[in-house]
Amino acid sequence: MSKKQYAFYPGCSSQAKASADNFLRSIEVVKEKLDIQLNEIPDWNCCGASIGYGEGGELPRLALSARNLALAETNFAGQDMVSVCPACWLASRETAERLSENSSLLAECNEALKEAGLTFKGEVKARHFVEVLIEDIGWEKMKEPVVKPLEGLKFAGYVGCQTNRPFGIAGESFENPKYLDKMIETCGGEAVKYDQKVTCCGGALAFSEPEKAQKQIRDIVESAYDHGADMIVTPCQLCQANVEIYQSEINKKQGTKFNMPVVYYSQLMTVAYGGTAEQAGLDGQLIKAEKLEKIAGK
Amino acid sequence: MTTANEKAIAKYKNDFLREVEANVEDGHWVKMCMQCGVCAGSCPLGPHWEHSPQKIFMMIRAGKREEVLKSDSMWMCTSCYNCIVRCPRKLPITHIMHGLANYAHRLGLAPQGQPTREIAKLFWDNLIKTGRVNELKFSLAMYFKDGFSQGIKNAMAMQSIGLGLMKAKRLNPLELFGGHACKDKSGIQKMIAKAREIEDRRRGLA
Repeated sequence: MSKKQYAFYPGCSSQAKASADNFLRSIEVVKEKLDIQLNEIPDWNCCGASIGYGEGGELPRLALSARNLALAETNFAGQDMVSVCPACWLASRETAERLSENSSLLAECNEALKEAGLTFKGEVKARHFVEVLIEDIGWEKMKEPVVKPLEGLKFAGYVGCQTNRPFGIAGESFENPKYLDKMIETCGGEAVKYDQKVTCCGGALAFSEPEKAQKQIRDIVESAYDHGADMIVTPCQLCQANVEIYQSEINKKQGTKFNMPVVYYSQLMTVAYGGTAEQAGLDGQLIKAEKLEKIAGK
Repeated sequence: MTTANEKAIAKYKNDFLREVEANVEDGHWVKMCMQCGVCAGSCPLGPHWEHSPQKIFMMIRAGKREEVLKSDSMWMCTSCYNCIVRCPRKLPITHIMHGLANYAHRLGLAPQGQPTREIAKLFWDNLIKTGRVNELKFSLAMYFKDGFSQGIKNAMAMQSIGLGLMKAKRLNPLELFGGHACKDKSGIQKMIAKAREIEDRRRGLA
Protein backbone atom coordinates (compact mmCIF):
# COMPACT_ATOMS: atom_id res chain seq x y z
CA MET A 1 0.00 0.00 0.00
CA SER A 2 1.33 3.43 -0.83
CA LYS A 3 1.78 5.78 2.06
CA LYS A 4 -0.30 8.90 2.61
CA GLN A 5 1.97 11.92 2.12
CA TYR A 6 1.95 15.18 4.04
CA ALA A 7 4.14 18.28 4.32
CA PHE A 8 5.19 18.18 7.95
CA TYR A 9 5.60 21.11 10.35
CA PRO A 10 7.02 19.68 13.60
CA GLY A 11 7.33 22.96 15.55
CA CYS A 12 9.91 24.12 18.09
CA SER A 13 8.85 22.03 21.09
CA SER A 14 9.04 18.77 19.12
CA GLN A 15 12.67 19.19 18.09
CA ALA A 16 15.33 16.83 19.40
CA LYS A 17 15.89 17.41 23.13
CA ALA A 18 13.25 20.15 23.31
CA SER A 19 10.33 20.00 25.76
CA ALA A 20 8.23 17.62 23.62
CA ASP A 21 11.15 15.53 22.32
CA ASN A 22 9.35 12.38 23.41
CA PHE A 23 6.21 13.29 21.49
CA LEU A 24 7.97 13.26 18.16
CA ARG A 25 9.61 9.94 18.96
CA SER A 26 6.21 8.50 19.91
CA ILE A 27 4.64 9.00 16.47
CA GLU A 28 7.20 6.86 14.60
CA VAL A 29 5.39 3.58 15.27
CA VAL A 30 2.00 5.22 14.60
CA LYS A 31 3.21 6.49 11.22
CA GLU A 32 4.63 3.12 10.28
CA LYS A 33 1.56 1.07 11.25
CA LEU A 34 -0.88 3.46 9.58
CA ASP A 35 1.15 4.10 6.40
CA ILE A 36 1.60 7.82 6.97
CA GLN A 37 4.61 9.65 5.59
CA LEU A 38 5.45 13.06 7.02
CA ASN A 39 7.85 15.07 4.85
CA GLU A 40 9.54 17.70 7.00
CA ILE A 41 9.27 21.20 5.55
CA PRO A 42 12.83 22.41 4.95
CA ASP A 43 13.91 25.31 7.16
CA TRP A 44 10.51 25.81 8.83
CA ASN A 45 10.32 28.52 11.50
CA CYS A 46 8.50 29.20 14.77
CA CYS A 47 4.78 30.08 14.44
CA GLY A 48 5.01 32.84 17.07
CA ALA A 49 2.95 30.73 19.52
CA SER A 50 0.10 32.23 21.52
CA ILE A 51 2.26 34.87 23.20
CA GLY A 52 3.80 36.24 19.99
CA TYR A 53 1.13 38.94 19.66
CA GLY A 54 2.60 41.11 22.46
CA GLU A 55 5.62 42.27 20.52
CA GLY A 56 4.88 40.72 17.12
CA GLY A 57 1.54 42.36 16.32
CA GLU A 58 -0.55 41.07 13.45
CA LEU A 59 1.35 41.17 10.16
CA PRO A 60 4.76 40.00 11.45
CA ARG A 61 2.98 37.10 13.14
CA LEU A 62 1.03 36.19 10.00
CA ALA A 63 4.26 36.45 7.99
CA LEU A 64 5.93 33.83 10.18
CA SER A 65 3.20 31.30 9.42
CA ALA A 66 2.93 32.38 5.79
CA ARG A 67 6.62 31.52 5.35
CA ASN A 68 5.98 27.96 6.54
CA LEU A 69 2.93 27.64 4.32
CA ALA A 70 4.85 28.99 1.33
CA LEU A 71 7.69 26.53 1.96
CA ALA A 72 5.17 23.69 2.14
CA GLU A 73 3.56 24.76 -1.16
CA THR A 74 6.93 25.11 -2.86
CA ASN A 75 8.50 21.88 -1.66
CA PHE A 76 5.53 19.53 -1.42
CA ALA A 77 2.95 20.81 -3.90
CA GLY A 78 -0.45 19.19 -3.53
CA GLN A 79 0.17 17.90 0.00
CA ASP A 80 -1.68 19.16 3.07
CA MET A 81 0.52 20.71 5.73
CA VAL A 82 0.32 18.83 9.01
CA SER A 83 1.20 20.12 12.48
CA VAL A 84 1.41 18.10 15.66
CA CYS A 85 1.34 21.08 18.04
CA PRO A 86 -2.00 22.88 18.53
CA ALA A 87 -0.38 26.33 18.64
CA CYS A 88 1.48 25.66 15.35
CA TRP A 89 -1.72 24.35 13.80
CA LEU A 90 -3.83 27.25 15.03
CA ALA A 91 -1.38 29.88 13.77
CA SER A 92 -0.96 28.16 10.39
CA ARG A 93 -4.66 27.56 9.83
CA GLU A 94 -5.61 31.05 10.97
CA THR A 95 -3.02 32.52 8.60
CA ALA A 96 -4.06 30.34 5.65
CA GLU A 97 -7.72 31.23 6.14
CA ARG A 98 -7.25 34.94 6.78
CA LEU A 99 -4.92 35.41 3.83
CA SER A 100 -7.16 33.52 1.44
CA GLU A 101 -10.15 35.65 2.49
CA ASN A 102 -8.41 39.02 2.47
CA SER A 103 -6.53 39.99 -0.68
CA SER A 104 -5.00 43.21 0.72
CA LEU A 105 -3.61 41.32 3.74
CA LEU A 106 -2.27 38.66 1.39
CA ALA A 107 -0.57 41.34 -0.72
CA GLU A 108 1.03 42.91 2.37
CA CYS A 109 2.15 39.52 3.60
CA ASN A 110 3.68 38.64 0.27
CA GLU A 111 5.53 41.95 0.22
CA ALA A 112 7.17 40.87 3.48
CA LEU A 113 7.72 37.29 2.28
CA LYS A 114 9.60 38.60 -0.74
CA GLU A 115 12.39 39.56 1.65
CA ALA A 116 12.79 35.85 2.37
CA GLY A 117 12.55 34.99 -1.33
CA LEU A 118 9.09 33.40 -1.11
CA THR A 119 5.48 33.88 -2.22
CA PHE A 120 2.38 32.40 -0.63
CA LYS A 121 -0.22 31.39 -3.17
CA GLY A 122 -2.89 30.42 -0.67
CA GLU A 123 -3.33 26.86 -1.88
CA VAL A 124 -2.15 24.71 1.01
CA LYS A 125 -4.45 23.49 3.74
CA ALA A 126 -3.17 23.54 7.36
CA ARG A 127 -4.25 20.48 9.32
CA HIS A 128 -3.59 18.79 12.66
CA PHE A 129 -2.19 15.26 12.95
CA VAL A 130 -5.32 14.27 14.90
CA GLU A 131 -7.41 15.26 11.85
CA VAL A 132 -5.25 13.05 9.67
CA LEU A 133 -5.85 10.11 12.01
CA ILE A 134 -9.60 10.61 12.30
CA GLU A 135 -10.49 11.85 8.82
CA ASP A 136 -7.92 10.25 6.50
CA ILE A 137 -7.14 7.02 8.36
CA GLY A 138 -10.43 6.47 10.19
CA TRP A 139 -11.42 4.66 13.37
CA GLU A 140 -11.50 1.15 11.86
CA LYS A 141 -7.97 1.38 10.46
CA MET A 142 -6.73 3.00 13.66
CA LYS A 143 -7.91 -0.04 15.60
CA GLU A 144 -6.45 -2.72 13.31
CA PRO A 145 -2.81 -2.58 14.54
CA VAL A 146 -3.83 -2.91 18.22
CA VAL A 147 -2.06 -5.99 19.63
CA LYS A 148 -1.81 -4.97 23.28
CA PRO A 149 -5.13 -3.43 24.29
CA LEU A 150 -4.67 -1.16 27.30
CA GLU A 151 -7.05 -3.23 29.39
CA GLY A 152 -7.74 -2.13 32.93
CA LEU A 153 -6.14 1.29 32.47
CA LYS A 154 -8.20 4.38 33.21
CA PHE A 155 -7.46 7.61 31.40
CA ALA A 156 -8.68 11.19 31.86
CA GLY A 157 -8.90 12.54 28.30
CA TYR A 158 -7.68 16.11 28.59
CA VAL A 159 -8.27 17.90 25.28
CA GLY A 160 -7.31 21.39 26.53
CA CYS A 161 -7.81 24.56 24.53
CA GLN A 162 -6.18 24.96 21.18
CA THR A 163 -6.81 21.53 19.67
CA ASN A 164 -10.44 22.28 20.47
CA ARG A 165 -10.90 26.03 20.00
CA PRO A 166 -11.36 28.11 17.94
CA PHE A 167 -11.25 25.54 15.11
CA GLY A 168 -11.52 22.13 16.76
CA ILE A 169 -12.01 18.82 15.04
CA ALA A 170 -14.91 18.76 12.55
CA GLY A 171 -18.16 17.47 14.01
CA GLU A 172 -17.03 17.80 17.65
CA SER A 173 -18.55 20.16 20.21
CA PHE A 174 -16.40 22.79 21.89
CA GLU A 175 -17.80 22.02 25.34
CA ASN A 176 -17.57 18.23 25.27
CA PRO A 177 -15.46 16.86 22.42
CA LYS A 178 -15.53 13.05 22.27
CA TYR A 179 -12.70 12.08 19.95
CA LEU A 180 -9.97 11.76 22.56
CA ASP A 181 -12.14 9.42 24.64
CA LYS A 182 -12.77 7.43 21.48
CA MET A 183 -9.03 7.23 20.84
CA ILE A 184 -8.50 5.91 24.37
CA GLU A 185 -11.20 3.29 23.80
CA THR A 186 -9.75 2.39 20.39
CA CYS A 187 -6.53 1.54 22.23
CA GLY A 188 -8.50 -0.68 24.61
CA GLY A 189 -8.37 1.68 27.61
CA GLU A 190 -11.17 3.15 29.65
CA ALA A 191 -12.00 6.85 29.32
CA VAL A 192 -13.24 8.05 32.70
CA LYS A 193 -15.78 10.83 33.08
CA TYR A 194 -13.73 13.99 33.34
CA ASP A 195 -15.17 17.43 33.94
CA GLN A 196 -11.93 19.34 33.25
CA LYS A 197 -11.65 18.03 29.69
CA VAL A 198 -11.48 21.46 28.04
CA THR A 199 -10.12 23.57 30.91
CA CYS A 200 -7.23 25.91 30.15
CA CYS A 201 -3.86 24.96 31.73
CA GLY A 202 -2.81 28.61 31.80
CA GLY A 203 -0.84 28.39 28.56
CA ALA A 204 2.10 30.77 28.39
CA LEU A 205 0.90 32.44 31.59
CA ALA A 206 2.34 29.45 33.46
CA PHE A 207 5.61 31.41 33.12
CA SER A 208 4.39 34.94 33.79
CA GLU A 209 1.53 34.34 36.23
CA PRO A 210 2.49 31.06 37.96
CA GLU A 211 -0.04 31.37 40.81
CA LYS A 212 -2.98 31.86 38.46
CA ALA A 213 -1.91 29.10 36.08
CA GLN A 214 -1.21 26.65 38.90
CA LYS A 215 -4.77 27.10 40.12
CA GLN A 216 -5.92 25.86 36.69
CA ILE A 217 -3.45 22.96 36.76
CA ARG A 218 -4.56 21.97 40.24
CA ASP A 219 -8.20 21.70 39.05
CA ILE A 220 -7.13 19.61 36.06
CA VAL A 221 -5.09 17.14 38.12
CA GLU A 222 -7.50 16.98 41.04
CA SER A 223 -10.43 16.10 38.82
CA ALA A 224 -8.43 13.27 37.22
CA TYR A 225 -7.87 11.84 40.72
CA ASP A 226 -11.52 12.37 41.67
CA HIS A 227 -12.67 10.34 38.67
CA GLY A 228 -10.28 7.48 39.35
CA ALA A 229 -7.91 8.03 36.42
CA ASP A 230 -4.50 6.32 36.35
CA MET A 231 -3.15 9.04 34.11
CA ILE A 232 -4.07 12.08 32.01
CA VAL A 233 -3.88 11.89 28.20
CA THR A 234 -3.59 14.96 26.00
CA PRO A 235 -3.00 15.95 22.37
CA CYS A 236 -1.23 19.20 23.35
CA GLN A 237 2.50 19.75 23.99
CA LEU A 238 2.01 22.79 26.23
CA CYS A 239 -0.80 21.14 28.23
CA GLN A 240 1.44 18.12 28.72
CA ALA A 241 4.38 20.20 29.90
CA ASN A 242 2.38 22.54 32.16
CA VAL A 243 0.23 19.86 33.78
CA GLU A 244 3.12 17.46 34.35
CA ILE A 245 5.96 19.83 35.28
CA TYR A 246 4.17 22.03 37.81
CA GLN A 247 2.67 19.25 39.93
CA SER A 248 5.82 19.24 42.09
CA GLU A 249 5.57 23.04 42.52
CA ILE A 250 1.93 22.76 43.60
CA ASN A 251 2.86 19.98 46.02
CA LYS A 252 5.59 22.18 47.51
CA LYS A 253 3.37 25.23 47.90
CA GLN A 254 0.04 23.68 48.74
CA GLY A 255 0.92 20.42 50.45
CA THR A 256 -0.83 18.24 47.88
CA LYS A 257 0.62 14.87 46.91
CA PHE A 258 0.08 14.98 43.16
CA ASN A 259 1.91 12.38 41.12
CA MET A 260 -0.34 12.01 38.09
CA PRO A 261 1.38 10.97 34.83
CA VAL A 262 0.49 13.06 31.77
CA VAL A 263 1.00 11.33 28.42
CA TYR A 264 0.18 11.91 24.75
CA TYR A 265 -2.47 10.00 22.73
CA SER A 266 0.36 8.85 20.45
CA GLN A 267 2.08 7.15 23.40
CA LEU A 268 -1.08 5.14 24.08
CA MET A 269 -1.28 4.17 20.42
CA THR A 270 2.38 3.15 20.24
CA VAL A 271 2.07 0.90 23.30
CA ALA A 272 -1.23 -0.58 22.05
CA TYR A 273 0.38 -1.18 18.65
CA GLY A 274 3.10 -3.25 20.34
CA GLY A 275 5.86 -0.62 20.53
CA THR A 276 8.38 -0.54 23.36
CA ALA A 277 8.33 1.98 26.21
CA GLU A 278 11.24 3.74 24.56
CA GLN A 279 9.52 3.88 21.18
CA ALA A 280 6.54 5.40 22.98
CA GLY A 281 8.84 8.05 24.48
CA LEU A 282 7.84 6.99 27.99
CA ASP A 283 11.42 7.63 29.10
CA GLY A 284 10.58 11.31 28.59
CA GLN A 285 8.06 11.50 31.42
CA LEU A 286 8.95 13.46 34.57
CA ILE A 287 6.22 11.53 36.35
CA LYS A 288 6.63 7.95 35.20
CA ALA A 289 3.64 6.31 33.54
CA GLU A 290 4.41 2.98 35.19
CA LYS A 291 1.18 1.21 34.29
CA LEU A 292 1.70 2.00 30.63
CA GLU A 293 5.35 0.94 30.81
CA LYS A 294 4.24 -2.36 32.30
CA ILE A 295 1.97 -3.13 29.34
CA ALA A 296 4.72 -2.08 26.91
CA GLY A 297 7.11 -4.47 28.67
CA LYS A 298 4.82 -7.50 28.47
CA MET B 1 9.44 65.09 18.71
CA THR B 2 5.84 63.99 18.93
CA THR B 3 5.34 60.46 20.14
CA ALA B 4 3.12 57.93 18.38
CA ASN B 5 0.73 58.29 21.29
CA GLU B 6 0.46 62.07 20.91
CA LYS B 7 -0.02 61.71 17.17
CA ALA B 8 -2.85 59.22 17.72
CA ILE B 9 -4.55 61.54 20.24
CA ALA B 10 -4.32 64.46 17.81
CA LYS B 11 -5.60 62.39 14.92
CA TYR B 12 -8.58 60.69 16.56
CA LYS B 13 -9.41 63.36 19.16
CA ASN B 14 -12.13 61.86 21.34
CA ASP B 15 -13.15 59.12 18.95
CA PHE B 16 -11.41 56.17 20.56
CA LEU B 17 -13.69 53.65 18.82
CA ARG B 18 -12.49 54.94 15.44
CA GLU B 19 -8.88 54.67 16.61
CA VAL B 20 -9.43 51.06 17.71
CA GLU B 21 -11.16 50.21 14.43
CA ALA B 22 -8.23 51.63 12.47
CA ASN B 23 -5.28 50.43 14.52
CA VAL B 24 -6.23 47.34 16.51
CA GLU B 25 -6.36 43.82 15.08
CA ASP B 26 -10.03 42.98 14.35
CA GLY B 27 -10.99 46.29 16.03
CA HIS B 28 -13.83 46.83 13.57
CA TRP B 29 -15.75 44.13 15.46
CA VAL B 30 -15.96 46.11 18.72
CA LYS B 31 -19.20 47.86 17.77
CA MET B 32 -20.91 44.49 17.35
CA CYS B 33 -20.77 43.60 21.07
CA MET B 34 -24.27 43.40 22.58
CA GLN B 35 -23.06 43.39 26.20
CA CYS B 36 -24.37 39.94 27.12
CA GLY B 37 -21.36 39.12 29.33
CA VAL B 38 -20.81 35.53 28.16
CA CYS B 39 -17.13 36.33 27.53
CA ALA B 40 -16.71 37.63 31.07
CA GLY B 41 -18.20 34.43 32.49
CA SER B 42 -16.20 32.14 30.19
CA CYS B 43 -12.67 33.34 30.86
CA PRO B 44 -10.54 30.98 32.96
CA LEU B 45 -8.78 34.00 34.45
CA GLY B 46 -12.02 35.98 34.73
CA PRO B 47 -11.63 36.99 38.39
CA HIS B 48 -8.25 38.55 37.63
CA TRP B 49 -9.43 40.94 34.93
CA GLU B 50 -9.89 44.45 36.25
CA HIS B 51 -12.24 44.98 33.30
CA SER B 52 -13.77 41.99 31.46
CA PRO B 53 -13.80 42.01 27.63
CA GLN B 54 -17.47 43.01 27.82
CA LYS B 55 -16.53 46.08 29.87
CA ILE B 56 -13.52 46.84 27.69
CA PHE B 57 -15.81 46.96 24.63
CA MET B 58 -18.17 49.40 26.34
CA MET B 59 -15.27 51.50 27.63
CA ILE B 60 -13.91 51.77 24.07
CA ARG B 61 -17.26 53.00 22.86
CA ALA B 62 -17.42 55.45 25.78
CA GLY B 63 -14.03 56.88 24.76
CA LYS B 64 -12.15 55.76 27.88
CA ARG B 65 -8.84 55.64 26.04
CA GLU B 66 -6.38 55.91 28.94
CA GLU B 67 -8.25 53.46 31.17
CA VAL B 68 -8.35 50.84 28.42
CA LEU B 69 -4.81 51.14 27.08
CA LYS B 70 -3.20 51.40 30.52
CA SER B 71 -5.18 48.47 31.90
CA ASP B 72 -3.45 45.17 32.56
CA SER B 73 -6.70 43.30 31.83
CA MET B 74 -5.88 42.25 28.26
CA TRP B 75 -2.63 40.75 29.50
CA MET B 76 -4.64 38.17 31.47
CA CYS B 77 -5.60 36.42 28.21
CA THR B 78 -4.28 32.83 28.13
CA SER B 79 -5.35 32.38 24.47
CA CYS B 80 -7.82 29.62 25.38
CA TYR B 81 -10.37 30.91 22.82
CA ASN B 82 -13.33 30.10 25.05
CA CYS B 83 -14.75 33.62 24.60
CA ILE B 84 -14.55 33.33 20.80
CA VAL B 85 -16.47 30.08 20.52
CA ARG B 86 -19.15 31.16 22.99
CA CYS B 87 -19.78 34.72 21.78
CA PRO B 88 -23.30 34.80 20.32
CA ARG B 89 -22.29 37.66 18.03
CA LYS B 90 -19.17 35.77 16.87
CA LEU B 91 -16.74 38.53 17.85
CA PRO B 92 -13.10 37.36 17.60
CA ILE B 93 -12.62 38.47 21.20
CA THR B 94 -9.25 36.76 21.76
CA HIS B 95 -7.79 38.51 18.70
CA ILE B 96 -9.18 41.88 19.80
CA MET B 97 -7.66 41.48 23.28
CA HIS B 98 -4.31 40.52 21.72
CA GLY B 99 -4.61 43.47 19.37
CA LEU B 100 -5.39 45.93 22.18
CA ALA B 101 -2.50 44.60 24.27
CA ASN B 102 -0.10 44.94 21.34
CA TYR B 103 -1.32 48.46 20.48
CA ALA B 104 -0.99 49.60 24.11
CA HIS B 105 2.49 48.03 24.27
CA ARG B 106 3.64 49.70 21.08
CA LEU B 107 2.30 53.11 22.20
CA GLY B 108 4.22 52.69 25.45
CA LEU B 109 1.04 52.83 27.53
CA ALA B 110 0.82 49.22 28.74
CA PRO B 111 1.73 48.82 32.42
CA GLN B 112 5.47 48.77 33.08
CA GLY B 113 6.65 45.47 34.52
CA GLN B 114 3.45 43.64 33.61
CA PRO B 115 4.85 40.08 33.63
CA THR B 116 3.04 38.75 30.55
CA ARG B 117 4.00 41.87 28.61
CA GLU B 118 7.62 41.28 29.58
CA ILE B 119 7.76 37.60 28.70
CA ALA B 120 5.90 38.23 25.43
CA LYS B 121 8.73 40.54 24.42
CA LEU B 122 11.43 38.12 25.58
CA PHE B 123 9.74 35.30 23.66
CA TRP B 124 9.51 37.29 20.43
CA ASP B 125 13.11 38.53 20.65
CA ASN B 126 14.22 34.95 21.31
CA LEU B 127 12.46 33.42 18.31
CA ILE B 128 13.49 36.18 15.90
CA LYS B 129 17.20 35.57 16.58
CA THR B 130 17.31 32.15 14.93
CA GLY B 131 13.78 31.66 13.57
CA ARG B 132 13.08 29.05 16.23
CA VAL B 133 12.50 29.23 19.97
CA ASN B 134 15.48 28.37 22.14
CA GLU B 135 13.67 27.06 25.22
CA LEU B 136 16.72 27.16 27.49
CA LYS B 137 17.68 30.74 26.66
CA PHE B 138 14.02 31.79 26.95
CA SER B 139 13.75 30.23 30.43
CA LEU B 140 16.97 31.87 31.58
CA ALA B 141 15.90 35.24 30.16
CA MET B 142 12.69 34.94 32.16
CA TYR B 143 14.46 34.04 35.40
CA PHE B 144 16.92 36.91 35.03
CA LYS B 145 14.50 39.60 33.85
CA ASP B 146 14.46 41.22 37.33
CA GLY B 147 18.21 41.29 37.81
CA PHE B 148 21.02 38.90 38.58
CA SER B 149 20.37 38.00 42.22
CA GLN B 150 16.65 37.46 41.65
CA GLY B 151 17.62 35.37 38.62
CA ILE B 152 19.83 33.09 40.69
CA LYS B 153 16.98 32.67 43.20
CA ASN B 154 14.49 31.85 40.43
CA ALA B 155 16.87 29.42 38.77
CA MET B 156 17.59 27.69 42.09
CA ALA B 157 13.87 27.35 42.80
CA MET B 158 13.36 25.65 39.43
CA GLN B 159 16.56 23.59 39.63
CA SER B 160 14.98 20.21 40.32
CA ILE B 161 12.50 20.65 37.45
CA GLY B 162 15.32 21.67 35.12
CA LEU B 163 17.41 18.65 36.07
CA GLY B 164 14.38 16.39 35.69
CA LEU B 165 13.79 17.71 32.18
CA MET B 166 17.44 17.20 31.26
CA LYS B 167 17.30 13.62 32.52
CA ALA B 168 14.16 13.06 30.45
CA LYS B 169 16.04 14.44 27.40
CA ARG B 170 13.62 17.36 27.17
CA LEU B 171 16.11 20.13 27.90
CA ASN B 172 19.53 20.37 26.36
CA PRO B 173 22.20 22.40 28.22
CA LEU B 174 24.07 22.78 24.91
CA GLU B 175 21.24 24.99 23.63
CA LEU B 176 23.04 27.74 25.52
CA PHE B 177 25.78 27.67 22.90
CA GLY B 178 23.65 27.78 19.78
CA GLY B 179 21.11 25.03 19.36
CA HIS B 180 18.35 24.68 16.82
CA ALA B 181 18.20 27.40 14.18
CA CYS B 182 16.82 28.18 10.73
CA LYS B 183 19.32 28.36 7.88
CA ASP B 184 17.78 31.50 6.44
CA LYS B 185 17.94 33.56 9.65
CA SER B 186 18.67 36.76 7.82
CA GLY B 187 15.80 36.26 5.36
CA ILE B 188 13.42 35.74 8.29
CA GLN B 189 14.69 38.83 10.08
CA LYS B 190 14.32 40.94 6.92
CA MET B 191 10.82 39.55 6.38
CA ILE B 192 9.78 40.43 9.94
CA ALA B 193 11.29 43.91 9.67
CA LYS B 194 9.37 44.51 6.44
CA ALA B 195 6.09 43.21 7.91
CA ARG B 196 6.53 45.48 10.92
CA GLU B 197 7.33 48.45 8.69
CA ILE B 198 4.14 47.92 6.65
CA GLU B 199 2.00 47.49 9.75
CA ASP B 200 3.51 50.48 11.53
CA ARG B 201 2.92 52.65 8.48
CA ARG B 202 -0.70 51.52 8.38
CA ARG B 203 -1.16 52.22 12.12
CA GLY B 204 0.66 55.55 12.23
CA LEU B 205 3.40 54.08 14.44
CA ALA B 206 6.19 54.62 11.92
